[in-house]
Amino acid sequence: MSDIYEGLVSAFWLVVTLDPDLVQISLRSLQVSLTALFIASAIALPFGTFLAIRRFRYRRLAISLLNALMGLPPVVVGLIVYILLSRSGPFGVLGLLFTPTAMIIAQVIIITPLIASITHQAMRELWAEYHDLLISMNTSSGQRIRTLIWDGRRNLLTASLAGFGRAIGEVGAIMIVGGNIDNATRVLTTAIALETGKGDFALALALGFVLIALAIGINICIHWLSRTEREGRW
Amino acid sequence: MIPRILTMLVALVLGSAAAAETIRLAVTTSFENSGLADVLLPAISEDLGLEVQLLVVGTGQALRLGEAGDVDAILVHSRTAEEAFVADGHGTYRREIMYNDFVFIGPKDDPAGVAEATSAADVLKRIGVTQPDFVSRGDDSGTHKKELALWQAADLSPERFGPWYREVGAGMGASLNTAAGLDAYILADRASWLNFGNKANLALLYAGDAALFNQYAYLAVNPERHPHVRNDLAVKLEEWLTGPRAAQLINGYAINGETLFVFNAKPE
Repeated sequence: MSDIYEGLVSAFWLVVTLDPDLVQISLRSLQVSLTALFIASAIALPFGTFLAIRRFRYRRLAISLLNALMGLPPVVVGLIVYILLSRSGPFGVLGLLFTPTAMIIAQVIIITPLIASITHQAMRELWAEYHDLLISMNTSSGQRIRTLIWDGRRNLLTASLAGFGRAIGEVGAIMIVGGNIDNATRVLTTAIALETGKGDFALALALGFVLIALAIGINICIHWLSRTEREGRW
Repeated sequence: MIPRILTMLVALVLGSAAAAETIRLAVTTSFENSGLADVLLPAISEDLGLEVQLLVVGTGQALRLGEAGDVDAILVHSRTAEEAFVADGHGTYRREIMYNDFVFIGPKDDPAGVAEATSAADVLKRIGVTQPDFVSRGDDSGTHKKELALWQAADLSPERFGPWYREVGAGMGASLNTAAGLDAYILADRASWLNFGNKANLALLYAGDAALFNQYAYLAVNPERHPHVRNDLAVKLEEWLTGPRAAQLINGYAINGETLFVFNAKPE
């Protein structure tokens, strides 16, 4: 128990004194995960909506696959991205291994199925409501997807935030493709793993509390920016 | 509000700064955990204007990184594996830099009587008889290879051990955490042990046999195999690591008054 108390105390001091290392790795965590979230959302939101409104032959299979991929093990994703980006791998010439870009690629792969799957669930219900209206107006599929995404934006926000939660707390994949290099690819989760390895539980916990606070902060910020849950509208 | 979020994101993406000259060096966990890197890296950046990016992995993975050309040089401690690395043409030669030593850690009450042992082989024989919990790195690292060589020298083979022999497949720190949790014996390098924060009921029980010396060597990745590696920087770094400033810093590095490393690079 004393470890947890010490962790809280040192977390408090790290934050109050704006420890430069802490600020740097926290910003990098945000940079990597928010970029990954942005790219993954750009792919997954239209794709999930598309799956909800279009009927095609292998739709059921595509949806089952998507749901299964939600549980994609990050370590395996990390290993595959690592092998692809390694100098001896097919994309080695790009020299991307052990850079934040590699970490973003791995996280996009991990969270895209999650966001797409939640999007699909939410959009299916919305589509049932909008179906007759949009069909009768003779809209194109692009218009339908845009309308549904806009009107279902609250649900999509939940989908994206779930993806963000998975990305910011992820350690297995980014440890492998980022390498946890100080001042280059170290983020909060890999720093926690490192400090645990050194037996410095207080610092590891402190970083953990900062990570949790950051995740909560970002969630509140995004809700505030997009004005959800306000009186009179939602 | 969507454009506002977009602007924030774009700012974050573009925010990553570009660095000057950087070299990627794969090192072992025991080197990083010793804290010596925190002394050497600032001095290197001061003298050479070179930013060394450390990839902290086990010796096995460090060698793999070198073979794939994903790093410019490696600093590891497993002689036979290093010689195989050079023999296969992944590096051109190995340069010895410094050594420290391995120590046997175990529970303070020492059920196997390791503290009275006369040699490293004797330590393992005693453990083999009493069969207390023993944590092995099991990750193909330099420390793991050393441990296996020591078992062999004691005429024992870990494959035939019972469940008391626990291969955790983790780094030095994580393995020490496991040993602390189980009250088990473990072979660790002295530097990692001194810097380890969660000692619990463990103590240093045996050290000093010459068989426990731990030689670190520096290997630059062969530029003929991998034209993109920064061999010029790797050579520059090697010259610095074998020079007088490094000698002074390595020999002078101490934790709680105990020196950890002995510089033994020979001038070319």
